[in-house]
Amino acid sequence: MVNLTIDGIKFTAPDGTSVLDAARRHGISIPTLCHHPKLTPYGGCRLCIVEIKGIPRPVTACTTPVTEGMEVTTINPYLEKLRRTTLELILSDHPNDCMVCEKAGDCTLQELAYFYGLRENRFLGERRIYTKKDGNPLIERDMEKCILCNKCVRVCNEIQGVTAIDIAYRGFKSKVCPPYERDLDCEFCGQCIRVCPTGALTGKMWTLKGRQKDIKEIDTICPYCGCGCNLTLNIRKNEIVRVTSREDTINEGWLCAKGTFGYTFVNNPARLTKPLIRIAPKNSNELRVTSYELKNKKDSEDLSLITRHSSLEKSLVTRHSSLFREATWDEVFDLIAKKFTKIKEQYGPDSIGSLSSARCTNEENYLFQKFMRAVIGTNNVDHCARF
Amino acid sequence: MAGLAAVFGSGAMTNSIPEIENNDVLFVIGSNTTETHPIIGIRMKKAVRKGAKLIVADPRKINLVRFADSWMQQKPGTDVVLLNAMMHVLLKNNLIDRVFILIRTEGFESFKEGLEKYTPEYAEKITGVPKQDIIKAALLYGNAERPAIYYTMGITQHSHGTDNVYAIANLALMTGNLGMESTGVNPLRGQNNVQGSTDMGCIPDQYPGYQKVNLSAIKSKFEKAWGVKLSNKVGLTAMEMMGAAIEGKMKAMYIMGENPVLSDPDMNHTLKALNKLDFLVVQDLFLTETAELADVVLPAASFAEKDGTFTNTERRIQRVRKALNPPGEAKEDSVIIRELSEKLGYPMKYNFIEEVFQEIGSLWQAVAGVTYGRIDKWGVQWPCPTLDHPGTPYLFKGGFPRGKAAFTVVEYKPSKELPDEEYPFVLSTGRHLFLYHTGTMIRKGDALSKVLPEAYVELSPDDANQLGVSNSQKVRVSSRRGSIEVKIQVSKRVGKGMVFIPFHYKEAAANMLTNTALDPIAKIPELKVCAVKIEKI
Repeated sequence: MVNLTIDGIKFTAPDGTSVLDAARRHGISIPTLCHHPKLTPYGGCRLCIVEIKGIPRPVTACTTPVTEGMEVTTINPYLEKLRRTTLELILSDHPNDCMVCEKAGDCTLQELAYFYGLRENRFLGERRIYTKKDGNPLIERDMEKCILCNKCVRVCNEIQGVTAIDIAYRGFKSKVCPPYERDLDCEFCGQCIRVCPTGALTGKMWTLKGRQKDIKEIDTICPYCGCGCNLTLNIRKNEIVRVTSREDTINEGWLCAKGTFGYTFVNNPARLTKPLIRIAPKNSNELRVTSYELKNKKDSEDLSLITRHSSLEKSLVTRHSSLFREATWDEVFDLIAKKFTKIKEQYGPDSIGSLSSARCTNEENYLFQKFMRAVIGTNNVDHCARF
Repeated sequence: MAGLAAVFGSGAMTNSIPEIENNDVLFVIGSNTTETHPIIGIRMKKAVRKGAKLIVADPRKINLVRFADSWMQQKPGTDVVLLNAMMHVLLKNNLIDRVFILIRTEGFESFKEGLEKYTPEYAEKITGVPKQDIIKAALLYGNAERPAIYYTMGITQHSHGTDNVYAIANLALMTGNLGMESTGVNPLRGQNNVQGSTDMGCIPDQYPGYQKVNLSAIKSKFEKAWGVKLSNKVGLTAMEMMGAAIEGKMKAMYIMGENPVLSDPDMNHTLKALNKLDFLVVQDLFLTETAELADVVLPAASFAEKDGTFTNTERRIQRVRKALNPPGEAKEDSVIIRELSEKLGYPMKYNFIEEVFQEIGSLWQAVAGVTYGRIDKWGVQWPCPTLDHPGTPYLFKGGFPRGKAAFTVVEYKPSKELPDEEYPFVLSTGRHLFLYHTGTMIRKGDALSKVLPEAYVELSPDDANQLGVSNSQKVRVSSRRGSIEVKIQVSKRVGKGMVFIPFHYKEAAANMLTNTALDPIAKIPELKVCAVKIEKI
């Protein structure tokens, strides 16, 4: 352990801690844009500068380890003036369009500009103008809003191990981009979006769906693989508008492409909304389905109908109505009860089988097998994915 | 899971996800972890960054290989030989844990004899992995302090899948690498609640909590709790039900949230089976391929529209919370089951969903200490028998549930269908990072599916040259059971003589081709190996 003084108060901190971490651990906040506790310190944004007795010039707190007897000053008029100037420089090359920015209200840069009261900027001049190159359907890259904090580059390399992006060029021309400035071609895990301190990286799917202040956050568990990642569903008007994850969870706040972007099925208009009863004769559709599966061309035509919003209803109606009619819950329950009872009487309970779902909750699976065992009277209950 | 259960008396991941980063050697076999379990993949990469050695055994050059110290590209279906040869090396180098073997296992002597012929030279011939690589990997694992093995469907989806699992268990047992933190055998479960639905007794031979249906004491316990007479006859597995339907013995089926038409092997077989039924009820979010065959389709609620719990691959029970109202008249599955049950004269009375969980705890000791209040922020890992029990991050600390763990003599059995002159390629199927299962959830038109809009078949550059085909060219891939048309993706990920097709695409359903040959014990189909041919169109 190391003894040190921060802003006149004595603290101890473990060896190897950075001044920034030591200060934060004791509730002293130092502004920063490029620091992330799970990534290597970078010292890029220059906002966490502090004065240390015996060192002539201010140093960055995130890259300076604590030493015995160190005396740190985190706030004084000189440091604040430097920070203010640094922020002004960053903002001089940042589009002033918070009113339409997805990130407004949840943006570290905006927060800092507010607290430093930056409205006028002394350094207005040449701006970096980027041509957008992103045909990818998931990650919106608005590089004019990028402040080169390097967090996305580090998370991609250090956490995800993909190294899809890096900083190219130098000085004023520096920019974060994939190799040869091509379009993004990566795992689309969205880790970079999660760490971006500005609106430079956002999800395309959540454009104009609602900013953070309008959002109700509900914690739940991801419905895809078995990792059991914790998701926070961001809900607005009975719709999931995006998915985030808390950092104090089993997945440490990281998600994959499916966890981040795979939620749209919930609000998909093709969801079933009413019980259906078959009207088409059976077996005739064995051929129908098989040919449907095999004829790529026909299939893709059919599906393009679904994706084209206007003709959505029509295509669904034709798909349903040739096979099924809508019914009430009472009607279908009566029908199922009648059929199951009859088949059970005629052929015995073991002539009824069932498949449960690895998608459903424990409680639902429990009730399902209880239903089959206690009500139908058979142990014919399995699920496809039990291996 | 049947394999592990037979060896240890319990078939789940022995360690937990946070322990991964403290492994000093990770042996990943038959698991494309970064794509199938991306977040566990992140932990593995973190372990490597912290200095752990990574051994990967996979027929494909998966992404994890980039981080590996040792990569063994075994031919599909030869895992037993590879593992036995590694054990042979460990035995010859005396890298075994004699005390562990003596105290906690049985059957070592006969097992030891069985290994004699699996020399690295023999293994090189069968698996195609150079013998020095096998020796290197074996020594890495054998000399490690906290090694763990990770596997998924690449190990189990074979006609000898249980043998593969036995071989993995043998490897961990002979080195005593079990029952400690960050050390064990970890089958990674493929779906959000596959652990939970197995725990909950959605298997034909067991009630919730792995309690056998054919033991009369257990049966009477459940009869008492549920107030009805129960059957002691072991039920049919999913694949057996399809067979029984074709034979006309199975008359009706109730399918909740599954799409066997696409997910089961040999699609034509499944279609035939389901069409033969007198009555089929399907309960799902969408009109799936399976639902199209149903007599009644019931609209269900999605995960975001219900309260309850999921159990993840490391046995952690976590809270699922309702965030939305279901669309239209769709109902939660639990409500549908209860209302239907009431119609059939057996009302299931619960005031709120946690009461169901409390009932589970009263019938299965291992979750008796779990309440919704306890798992509000962090999930608890079963076994957790009492309210003050902290849960169990790793299993077998004090011993195995079945007493002594058993070694199994495992002999190499070739896959049921091997390439021949007519069908010269080995086909393996699997999952892709951006897609999931049968596409019920990630659907056509979703942003994610646009990243990979079309099905593809991975083919090695050598084979592509020989066939005279190039990238993006459409070809016909056929097996003895069916054929599909799909685009070529020339890729160094697969070895020569092997092709890979992701199974998510219904317009080019890989399961038109796959083999229904079953593992005799676990009844799992051989989805990882079948013989195919490729023709230009």
